[in-house]
Amino acid sequence: MTSPQPRVGVLRFPGACDDRDALWALAAFDAEAVFIWHTEQELPDLDAVVLPGGFSYGDYLRCGAIGRFAPAMEAVVDFANGGGLVLGICNGFQILCEAGLLPGVLRRNESLTFVCRDVPLVVERSDTPFTSRCEEGQTLTIPVKHGEGNWYVDDDGYAELDARRQVVLRYAEPVNGSRNDVAGVVNERGNVMGLMPHPEHAVDPLLGSADGALILSSLVDSARARFLTTV
Amino acid sequence: MKATVLVRPKNGILDPQGQAVESSLRQLGFSVDGARIGRVVDLEVDAADAATARAQVEQMCEQLLANPLIESYEIELVEPPA
Repeated sequence: MTSPQPRVGVLRFPGACDDRDALWALAAFDAEAVFIWHTEQELPDLDAVVLPGGFSYGDYLRCGAIGRFAPAMEAVVDFANGGGLVLGICNGFQILCEAGLLPGVLRRNESLTFVCRDVPLVVERSDTPFTSRCEEGQTLTIPVKHGEGNWYVDDDGYAELDARRQVVLRYAEPVNGSRNDVAGVVNERGNVMGLMPHPEHAVDPLLGSADGALILSSLVDSARARFLTTV
Repeated sequence: MKATVLVRPKNGILDPQGQAVESSLRQLGFSVDGARIGRVVDLEVDAADAATARAQVEQMCEQLLANPLIESYEIELVEPPA
């Protein structure tokens, strides 16, 4: 350990499948990563929370619609409302939208097919706690693997959040029919982000790309900065 | 009391499932102009009267059964014979 370790919680829902990858990657970037079981009503002392990818509770009804009512999610909503850092990846993004912490909703891909490939992403903002290690305009290569990544808000909603610069990542090419090719957004306050691509699957050149490391290590940096102000 | 909830994609919201079905129906030779796919939820609601049951089912729709950003819903109640 070279620097103080922030503690990052990774929520575990039944039906999650990327929770271990997220935990492993966060630990590799020198966070103390801990699992939080979905039935927990309170969170331990945490500097950030990650909602991993998967199919929480089978994703019945709509993706994330049931996951948002997990007991641990109520604690995450309080954590986020208190300014805590929350990153939702794929199913985590879907849950954050259903919970009302992020704008919009994720619908079935326009093509109706599951998309599983590396995609190029353009960084729209580098001044968020999740992208501080990126540069504005930089292109990242990170894989997606989803059937429901087609993000949607209505015209007025999009105009509002575009004016507030809440779009953080955009696909550099059409991927799933997502409105204005949005791949990742933050809330108005800037402490909650969701994205469909999987940074935890792109943290080493052996995996085809290490660009996901920029996002997860930005999060760990931000969590560490918060940790240091509270000790 | 039995209740049926019909959840539909709102007008103007892209419905790729409906589009796929529409194009399949055309390939089969049917003349259709538009297909939209929603969802049916049949419920058995424990309520004293229809008004209470409807109020409960409305809450279910708002909280869980439909996402108001993209879906509309309709509630049908079937009152048991007196």
